[in-house]
Order: sequence, then C-alpha cells, then structure tokens
Amino acid sequence: MVLVYAESPRGQFKKAAFEAVTFGKKVADQLGVPCAAIVLGANVGSAGELGRYGAGRVVQVSDANLDHLDSQSAAAVLADAAKQLGATVLVLSHSSTGKSIAGRLAVRLNAGLVSGVNALPEMRGSDFIVKKSVFSGKAVAEYAVVSPIKILSLMGNAVKPDAIGTPANVEPLSVPVPAGRIRVKAVKTVEGTVPLPEAEVVVSAGRGMKDPSNWGIVEELAVTLDATTACSRPVADSHWRPHHEHVGQTGIAIRPNLYIAIGISGAIQHLAGVNNSKVIVVINKDPEAPFFKAADYGVVGDLFEVVPRLTAAIQKFKANN
Amino acid sequence: MKFLVCISQTPDTTAKVSFNADSTEYNSAGVQFIMNPYDEWYALVRACELREALGGTVVALNVGPAANETTIRKALAIGADEAVRIDADPKSAAYTAKQIAEYAKGQNFDLIFFGKETIDYNGAEVGAMLAEHLDLPYIAFASKLDLNGNTATVERDIEGGVEVLEVDLPFVLSAAKGMAEQRIPNMRGIMSARTKPLQVVAPVAADETVKTVRFTLPPAKAGVKLVDPENMDELVRLLHEEAKVL
Ligand SMILES: Cc1cc2nc3c(=O)[nH]c(=O)nc-3n(C[C@H](O)[C@H](O)[C@H](O)COP(=O)(O)OP(=O)(O)OC[C@H]3O[C@@H](n4cnc5c(N)ncnc54)[C@H](O)[C@@H]3O)c2cc1C
Ligand SMILES: Nc1ncnc2c1ncn2[C@@H]1O[C@H](COP(=O)(O)O)[C@@H](O)[C@H]1O
Repeated sequence: MVLVYAESPRGQFKKAAFEAVTFGKKVADQLGVPCAAIVLGANVGSAGELGRYGAGRVVQVSDANLDHLDSQSAAAVLADAAKQLGATVLVLSHSSTGKSIAGRLAVRLNAGLVSGVNALPEMRGSDFIVKKSVFSGKAVAEYAVVSPIKILSLMGNAVKPDAIGTPANVEPLSVPVPAGRIRVKAVKTVEGTVPLPEAEVVVSAGRGMKDPSNWGIVEELAVTLDATTACSRPVADSHWRPHHEHVGQTGIAIRPNLYIAIGISGAIQHLAGVNNSKVIVVINKDPEAPFFKAADYGVVGDLFEVVPRLTAAIQKFKANN
Repeated sequence: MKFLVCISQTPDTTAKVSFNADSTEYNSAGVQFIMNPYDEWYALVRACELREALGGTVVALNVGPAANETTIRKALAIGADEAVRIDADPKSAAYTAKQIAEYAKGQNFDLIFFGKETIDYNGAEVGAMLAEHLDLPYIAFASKLDLNGNTATVERDIEGGVEVLEVDLPFVLSAAKGMAEQRIPNMRGIMSARTKPLQVVAPVAADETVKTVRFTLPPAKAGVKLVDPENMDELVRLLHEEAKVL
C-alpha cells in the first residue's frame, strides 16, 4: 500500500497534508494498491476528512507525545506503522516537518528517499522513476528508487488537492511511542497570512521600492489578490522587511501559481528561489533587467505608477466577476 | 566542547549547468565550486563562535575527492581547528550520511552541524539521516542557537513562524539564515589553514537505494509577453484568460 503521513502541525491539517494525500492516492492508483493516511498526535481535528482526498483508510496514533514534532519519535512510530501496515511507498510533505523526518525514516527502513518531488513517479518496466527539479530549476533529475520500500517527499504546490471521495473512519493504531528528547518552549507564528511556502499568490518587492515607507502600494496589491508578501535579500538585510519574507537561494524557495516581482532585478540567486513559480509577472523600469528573461508577463514602467494601476484593475475585475 | 561541522561543495549559482554525453553526470569542467552557503555562513561560523566563547575544537568534515581540499582549507581559514576528508564520491545522501556516521560514532561530538540543504540538489536529507544513524535528536532549520552548560536553546524556522526548543547535548542540527553572519577569512586565517591538520579517511561500503538515471533540461519558457504600462486591464485579462491564475 501507499502510506501518506498527513502532518498536522499544532493539531491542524493544512494544504500540505491534503496535497500529500491527493498525490499518494494517484501513486496508489498507478501501482494498483490501496492508499492509507496516518495521523500522529492525540489532539488532531477531523482526520476523517483525509478520506475525501483519497485515503481509503485513515489510521491515527493518538499519543500526546506526538502532539509536538520530535523527529526521533515520529520516525520510530512511522517506521513501525509502515511495517505493520505493509506499506511499500511512503509519502511525506517536503515541509519543515517532513524534512525533519524523511531522512530518519529512510535510514530506519533502509528505504530509498527522493525529496522534493514535483511529479508523479513513472514505472519504466520494473523501475520506479522519480523526478525532481535540481540546480535552481535549471535541470530535472530522474532517479530510480531500487529499495523494496520507497519514500517520497512532495514539494508544496506540486499537485492540487482533489476532494474526490468521502470522509473515512479513523482507526486507532497501536505502536510503541518513544518519549521525545526535544522540549518545545514556545511557538511564535505570524497570524493572518498564508505562510510563503504554501502561498498560491506572492507579491514580492525589491530595492526598486527605494524606502520601506513606500511598501503601502505593495501591501495593497497583496491584499487585493489575497497574496502573501515577499522580498529580495538586500531588502531583508537592510531590515526594510522582516527576514521571513526573504526569498531566493539563501532565503525560502517557493513555487506559487503567480509570482509578481516589483522592482527586483532578477539576480540568479533571487531566481533560484522563485523560478519554479507557475506564472511570473515582472514590473521593472529597466527593460534590460535580467528578470524579464525568466518572466511570462512583463511591464516596463515605473512601479510607483504601475502597481496602483494594477491594483485598481484587479479590483475592477473582482467587482465584475 | 567538540563540534563537528559537515561541509559540502556546490557549483556557484552562476555556473553553467550541463551534463556529460549520456546525461548521467553533471559536467564539472570549468565550473567554479564554492562551499555550500548554509554550511559556510551559518553552520561553520556559529560553531567557531561557540568554540571562541566556550573553548574546544571545531572539526570540519567533507565527503569528497581530493579536489575538494580547496574548500576544506577555506573552512580551516574561516576558523575550523582541524579537518577530515572522507575520500569518496558523495553519490547520494544515504551514502554520504553513512560515511559521516562511521567516522563520528566513536568520537563523542557534543554538537553536529549541517547546513539547511545543499543549493544544487536541495535534498535536506543528510542531517536527518546522520541523526538517525547515531540515535541523536535532530533540529532542522535552526536560525538561532545558544548553549547554557549542557542545554541548548534553539529557534527553528517553521512555515509562517518559529519554534523555540530546548534540548540537551549531544544533538544534530541544520543551520538556516539568522544563525550567524558570513565571515571573510583574513590573511592570518589563510596562512594558518595551510598547517592545520587535514586527515584523510577511507570510506566504508554502503547500500545503494537511489540511483541517478539521467538529467534533462526543463522545457524552455515561451518568452516574456510585454504589456503596456498604461493598460493594466490587459494584464489582468491575460492573467485570467490565458494564464488562468486569477
Ligand atoms: C551567495 C549569494 C546569495 C544570494 N542570495 C539571495 C537570495 O536568496 N535572494 C535574493 O533576492 N538575493 C540574493 N542575493 C543577492 C542578489 O545577487 C542580488 O544582489 C539581489 O537579489 C538584488 O536585489 P534587488 O533586485 O531587490 O535589488 P537591485 O539589484 O538593486 O534591483 C532593483 C531593481 O529595481 C528596479 N527599479 C528601480 N526603481 C524602479 C522603479 N521606480 N520602478 C520600477 N523598477 C525600478 C531597477 O531597475 C532594478 O532592476 C545573493 C547573493 C549572493 C552572492
Ligand atoms: N559530501 C558531503 N560532505 C559533508 N557534508 C555534506 C556533504 N553533502 C551534504 N553534506 C551536509 O548535509 C547538508 C544537507 O545536504 P543535502 O541533504 O544534500 O541537502 C549540507 O548542508 C551539508 O552540511
């Protein structure tokens, strides 16, 4: 079977979990095997919902020791569950949770791991081929996973969550839960906005903004689009914007459906984090800015005029649709 | 305190990406290699800062061929006290982690540092694998690290926020932005790096679970469509009707 670990940070499923189950179901259909989802923690809401995304079975290890991530205990529990359920493919999200666990699980199960996959595997004869984007999106690598158990971690926004089925019953699963050794002292989250790695629309601005006090027009555009805001590295480094907004090679890598870059030149290190976006719009007054080469749509003009105009056009569009 | 910092080498981001004739290997001819920025700027520098404050030793380790010694010497110039090179081609994360585990298991390191991920393959795999081999706690994406005796306080980046964690030594972490500031090696560092010990260790056998089949190039972009800056209604129309993202 295909077993999907549906992560539930602080007791909540997020898009990453629904994407992983959707993907797991598709892999299971390819292989002609069932798809199950596993949930960890005592305090998790509506796990049965995962049935809608294609999990024929949902199992839960209800233990308060699993409410906070400890990669050691989570990996031990998932490995035991995989063996108990006879899983041959394990799917995790390529998230801060999944990345903490996937490598451990690979060692425990002597399983081949491909992390950050963005497409369904291909069966070539008896070979199980998995693809991922490498070298900052400049190439695609194909790997054959040759171990009996295979582990894939799925890149965010790589598949669209598909609510095709009906809710499933949640079955308790009994496996030993080792006590974690990491103590959680506090969790500080930025409320209100969708975190960048999960965002479908991102509005990002760079040094072309001239001054942090000019960000109002960027925020207004973001609000109009329900988008998350991001920025280039020099902007974060000079504290114009918070450092969690920094995207690129040394910041966060994202792959939204729509990335709007405002006053960003498009240096290779910036592109490294954003050129897996589905559609890129670049607004820059310099027609020679390298970003235009990576863009789908470009506007050559002064951002201080173009951005408010774009916001107004979107508002008009929304009012009419 | 004994710190281990695992450093990898990656092509400079501006390097041209090409492959050998049958597309199975990265073509490194003429490519400028750098120390993976997360390993250098964040992991190594924080380890050196802690050694400076608390005493002890920083060991920089790389799994790779002799050609990597330029990068290893740079780690010594930045401040590592000694270095280890495991003489093997780091063909997969699993293989690399196994090599590091064999070396580290008898050495009683108090803290083992990794970078958040390599910027060429973006695996974020090796650190978690090593932690499992050694049965140690693992904190991925640490953006802040302080030690108080035997206890560490670590901030870790999560989607949309940070977690503040506490853990006792020894443990393994991967370092992200925020942990330290980049250090440019000075002349004294560069001179002393030449004479610091660099031990070469033979690899051990390891199972292969993932094999690289080939590399392909992604489909080329159609090219940018320019829209009149006066006519943002047209851009909205394109995004709605053509790109279907609105
Ligand atoms: C190892 C390394 C890692 C790096 N990692 C990252 C990273 O992760 N992320 C990142 O972003 N950078 C990174 N950088 C930095 C990167 O090389 C660039 O320096 C940076 O991205 C430039 O930021 P910018 O585009 O905001 O600023 P600039 O390059 O200064 O570009 C500003 C742009 O705004 C335009 N502009 C100015 N005024 C207007 C106006 N009124 N209207 C419209 N357009 C206007 C200009 O034409 C210009 O193109 C890294 C660099 C190195 C060496
Ligand atoms: N060949 C190597 N030698 C030593 N450390 C490595 C090597 N490859 C990767 N690492 C370490 O593992 C981290 C994560 O790498 P990866 O799992 O490949 O993304 C890197 O940031 C390094 O700290």
